[in-house]
Amino acid sequence: MAPEVTERDAAATAAPPPRGRAVRRILAGRESGVLGALLLTVLAASFLVEGFATGRNAGFLILDVAAIAIIALPMTLVVITGEIDLSVASTLGLTSAVMGHLWVAGLPLETIVPLCLVLGAVLGAVNGLLVTVAGLPSLAVTIGTMALYRGLAYVVLGDTAVADFPPAWTAAAVGRLPGTDVPQVAVLIMVLALAVGVLLHATPVGRSLYAIGSNDEAARFSGIPVRWTRLWLFVATGAGAALAGVFWTLQYGSARADNANGLELSVIAAVLLGGVSIFGGRGALPGVIGGVLLLGAIRNALQLADVSSDTLNIVTGLLLVASVVAPNLVARLRERRPRSGVPPARPRTPDRPLRTEES
Amino acid sequence: MSAGSGTGASAPVAEHGGGDVRGARRLRQVRELGILLALALIVAATAVANPGFLSGQSIRDLLLSATLLTILAVGQTLVIVTRSVDLSVGSVLGLAAFATGTLFAAFPGLPVAVAVLAGVALGAVCGAVNGALVAVARVPALVVTLGTLYAFRGVDYWWAAGTQINAADMPASFLGLGRTAVLGVPVPALVALAVVLAAGWYLASYRSGRELYAIGSEPHAARLSGIPVDRRIFAAFVVNGALAGLAGVLYAARFGTLDATVGTGLELQVVAAAVVGGVAIFGGSGTVYGAALGAVLLTTIGSALPVLRVSGFWQQAVVGLLILVAIGMDRILAVRAARRLRGGGPDGT
Repeated sequence: MAPEVTERDAAATAAPPPRGRAVRRILAGRESGVLGALLLTVLAASFLVEGFATGRNAGFLILDVAAIAIIALPMTLVVITGEIDLSVASTLGLTSAVMGHLWVAGLPLETIVPLCLVLGAVLGAVNGLLVTVAGLPSLAVTIGTMALYRGLAYVVLGDTAVADFPPAWTAAAVGRLPGTDVPQVAVLIMVLALAVGVLLHATPVGRSLYAIGSNDEAARFSGIPVRWTRLWLFVATGAGAALAGVFWTLQYGSARADNANGLELSVIAAVLLGGVSIFGGRGALPGVIGGVLLLGAIRNALQLADVSSDTLNIVTGLLLVASVVAPNLVARLRERRPRSGVPPARPRTPDRPLRTEES
Repeated sequence: MSAGSGTGASAPVAEHGGGDVRGARRLRQVRELGILLALALIVAATAVANPGFLSGQSIRDLLLSATLLTILAVGQTLVIVTRSVDLSVGSVLGLAAFATGTLFAAFPGLPVAVAVLAGVALGAVCGAVNGALVAVARVPALVVTLGTLYAFRGVDYWWAAGTQINAADMPASFLGLGRTAVLGVPVPALVALAVVLAAGWYLASYRSGRELYAIGSEPHAARLSGIPVDRRIFAAFVVNGALAGLAGVLYAARFGTLDATVGTGLELQVVAAAVVGGVAIFGGSGTVYGAALGAVLLTTIGSALPVLRVSGFWQQAVVGLLILVAIGMDRILAVRAARRLRGGGPDGT
């Protein structure tokens, strides 16, 4: 690495910086881009789209992105360590299907919900074990489990739907805090986000994730339990997807095998929009929250403007592409600039269009 | 299968520092024999359960169903060999199919060849978009094609706007493409066979074909040895897009009923077919023959399930399981090959 180390590199490898620098770092980092875009989008939509800037609509927006947010939190950690989990939407679907099946079988929801969370953790552990113990690339593994888990969801529930969940539970899922338009689930997400944020940005474990993502071999030699950490992150992602599955099922009052088909795209788009590098080793949680909200705000505004939800896929897809193209182009432009300026942050790996695990 | 000749043949073991060409070829033959064996087992078991499974009509149906997946798997192999992946093929197929139908609906007297070319060209354009983003903007193929999967599908929805194109909108000569047979073999199956043979020959015998393997084995070394890496990757994506377009045209000819959902979720099966067929997801190894066998195997499983009275809902789960088994097997074979090369030493990877 170059002798002059940029602030972000220092942050990625050394101890957490003092507070003043942390604020400056966020302002200078990639996170500021997404937060600025979010601000602009919200402002533009408020002026241009009728009904956007109301408390009621903000509540709907939060409900819409709640499942994405719940999965995006652990996914951020996975991507920072240089891995990826494409199976989250299928885990959500399988959890939802199992939840419906058990409910039909007569179990009380108090029992079903913990069971579903355990199921999600187990599904995540399967991914994690295949990646860490068998040494398979997470991309290939999770493409496989993406098909497997979704397939199992169909096996469990077929093409039927279970929709007779007790109203008390479904109402609680979409319930608002008393006297406001803020959904209750926002509190849950904030607590989870705080926990993940503290873990990532203020603990040795969090620092070790960046080290693993930057160079997992070096991380292993410096005593970080790389495999163990990765395994737990996959377990956490599975559990997060299961929690989102429980929430999704209650929110829409319907357990179906094809619930949240394709949601992995939105989750990964939000994480990458939030400034997390697909190559691992970089990213911050505030950016990801911004990414989730940006995605939600754009979709919400377009929906209010009568764009059909199928057509909205164009927007999500393009956002995902843009969120990886933009930082890459910026990095390449910087590399072309004379060395006297800001040195390129980190050697990129442009020759590896498909990330593979070679440990 | 003889693709394992020439410079790139050591690809599967290259990372372990060996040039064991014969070993690499044997490894691949083991893989392809394994698929054939699995195929024979499934066919035998199904035929025992229901002898009608082996009737001429049933086999013709099977070949016809395997056609689209085979063509897509061949294109996907070209891309995966360069250490990329194209998840957008299902959407490209859908878009090309709908475009073909729309073209016929707008110009009823259009010659069939023009419509076929238009579908293929549209596919190639989609492939070029992917290829440009991957090769020029140097963005990971997985992310780009995951994005374009939804973007192309969104375009399809926006274009179709809830409408549907029916067989009545298309000329009989075009629909006949999907039904006529030469010497008992359906025309689309012949097209697929031609695609497989052409791509297999190209990958094995052409310099640029071998270079695709070199790129997938070690992109950096390929660049240093003067291979135009970006151009090759771009070309692989364009060809893959064109083949997806061709598959879309064949879909239109065979099924006649087209809406915006055509080909949804097909990408998983395509990747599965290639991976099951021994195309390493890390790039640098695998043949189109293997991928085609993988496609036939997946299709056979799909049509065997109902005959064996297994719920069709199992199909996707089986696809997922096959992907995991295939990459797991590749890993075991690679580890064993590495061990052998090191004279029985510990794995240590």
